Amino acid sequence: MSLLQIRDLNVRFTTTDGEVSAVNGINLDVARGETLGIVGESGSGKSQLAFSIMGLLARNGRATGSIRFDGAEILNARPEALNKIRAERIAMVFQDPMTSLNPYMRVADQMAEVLMLHKGMGKAQAVAESARMLDAVKIPDAKGRIRLYPHEFSGGMRQRVMIAMSLLCRPDLLIADEPTTALDVTVQAQIMELMADLQREFGMAMILITHDLGVVAGSCERVMVMYGGRVMERAPVDPIFADPAHPYTQGLLAAIPRVDQKGDQLSAIPGSPPNMTHPPAGCPFAPRCAYVMPVCGQTMPGLDAFAPGRERACYASLDVVRAGHAPQPDLREAAATDLDEMQESAHDH
Amino acid sequence: MTTKPLISARDLRVTFELPSGGMPWNPPRHLHAVGGVDFDLMPGETLGIVGESGSGKSTLARALIGLVPATGQAKWQDGTNLIGLSPRKMLKYRSEIQMVFQDPLASLNPRMTVGQIIAEPLTIHHKGLSRDEVKRRVKDMMDRVGLLPNQINRYPHEFSGGQCQRIGIARALIVQPKLVICDEPVSALDVSIQAQVINLLGELQRDLGLALIFIAHDLSVVKHISDRVLVMYLGRVMELAEAESLYADPRHPYTQALLSAVPIPDPQLERQKRMIPLKGELPSPMNPPSGCVFRTRCPRAQELCARERPVLEGRNHLAACHFPGRLLPEELARSA
Repeated sequence: MSLLQIRDLNVRFTTTDGEVSAVNGINLDVARGETLGIVGESGSGKSQLAFSIMGLLARNGRATGSIRFDGAEILNARPEALNKIRAERIAMVFQDPMTSLNPYMRVADQMAEVLMLHKGMGKAQAVAESARMLDAVKIPDAKGRIRLYPHEFSGGMRQRVMIAMSLLCRPDLLIADEPTTALDVTVQAQIMELMADLQREFGMAMILITHDLGVVAGSCERVMVMYGGRVMERAPVDPIFADPAHPYTQGLLAAIPRVDQKGDQLSAIPGSPPNMTHPPAGCPFAPRCAYVMPVCGQTMPGLDAFAPGRERACYASLDVVRAGHAPQPDLREAAATDLDEMQESAHDH
Repeated sequence: MTTKPLISARDLRVTFELPSGGMPWNPPRHLHAVGGVDFDLMPGETLGIVGESGSGKSTLARALIGLVPATGQAKWQDGTNLIGLSPRKMLKYRSEIQMVFQDPLASLNPRMTVGQIIAEPLTIHHKGLSRDEVKRRVKDMMDRVGLLPNQINRYPHEFSGGQCQRIGIARALIVQPKLVICDEPVSALDVSIQAQVINLLGELQRDLGLALIFIAHDLSVVKHISDRVLVMYLGRVMELAEAESLYADPRHPYTQALLSAVPIPDPQLERQKRMIPLKGELPSPMNPPSGCVFRTRCPRAQELCARERPVLEGRNHLAACHFPGRLLPEELARSA
């Protein structure tokens, strides 16, 4: 049985602008020890999916469906029950290490706190164990630097502290939400290498949430592409890059400039992401899709398996998408779509 | 062909004075954000500036347009040194050099309509224009950058990030500048929108014959848009070359390390890739290493590197390194 089993997860937020559907009917299984990459742009629902696993949704958010971790239901579980699982069995690393560490506490104190609470260790033992973990994430002079405050570390070192802290209780699942987005490329490369090493060493599963397809290519076994709160495509890492089966995945790959290739014009995806206060009725990508058909605007296609381990949610035939040309950029058209959307939402208000 | 450079920088320096932190009689400390940069920018050319945070790339751009005090020389085409010009004299050049900022929404005044935002530079630099003429030019410009002219009375919050960046671009171009400095113009945008804005900038540049200084930390984006690329580290130029030459054959060890760290969206290539590890961390710019500033992290550093600062040399492909050239596998093994 899989370690994490998500069924029909929906996340809605009540805002002054109306109800926002951040996540719509997602099913997901994560096996022990595997690395899953979740890719999506801002507003795709990738972070809210992670927050609902951790029970960290904002107060105006409501999640429905089912999230089972190691067989037990954890969605909307009581905080006391969640606290047994959080940090101990599922840990999370956030994007910005400065705002997720307590600036008033020495690293030693905030790390030891975790072990004292979850493992019932004494202070001295907890600090010693924390120093060992800082050493494991390759912070030089860990024993000395554990006495420092978070602001005394550089961005990359702070993220190492975050990672060390999340690993203290040896979790079965680590959720990393954009762990390297705030870091420089050379530091990013070091952190990703470190995370891969640690994952192997501790044998944990990892969900890596990112907008950077390059990071996914380097470190994930399986990839899930999200757009407008829905799964567009899911496959092992090699085929998704070599043979993207969904128009959105295709468009995304064509839109990235690459250091190892030369190109004059990037194939931009026209238009802009959907307004989730008024999500399109059918496929959220339909207004920007080069292969759009009338049915796309009516109902969302199901996520269907078409090859072992590979699924896609698209009405366009696979052969057409595979043979098709990447969507051609037309800026004016893009602007026109934007305006239509905006006028629509203006009318709705 | 000998065209005169649009802007010619020599020994450009920006030094910030910081309070000593200790007692009032302690001398102030100095932070050398940009330490002696030389480059020429030709009319119509795109110069990419890459570097990690703290490399001084944004400060360099801000110095050119007089937003931070600098010393040295930045000679405009007509022979005027832009550094140290009085605000009144600088005004003339402000219409020749415009800037596009990183955060598309924060760089637009939320209380002004799009029309007012785009028209503002015109009302400053071309005072005599009639209202109708200003409006006509604004509408033309909106159309040019892919905004609908009938959105002229809307406010910035009604637009998406990508569209706000188009507004920022329109505002920069309305006074027909010769040079546009783009400071991380696409790093706040999603990948699909980023491509739209990059394509737009490229297109506008070709059509209007603009020179661009394109600052970004994303090496792939810079490669895509630039004719030449300048690599900075700790306030100094490490390498300056044509984009193709720099990416295909980086001479400076720092450039090589930087390029090797860029993730490639192809799992197979990514697995084969050999990363060049950098030792340690970025030194403090308050107290940069002697000689070559990169030597503390360089796999090839020798005693000479600590003694003498290397000069930026070469014919077309310039590198500031005593021992330029590809790092060898045994050097990498030694440093790892």
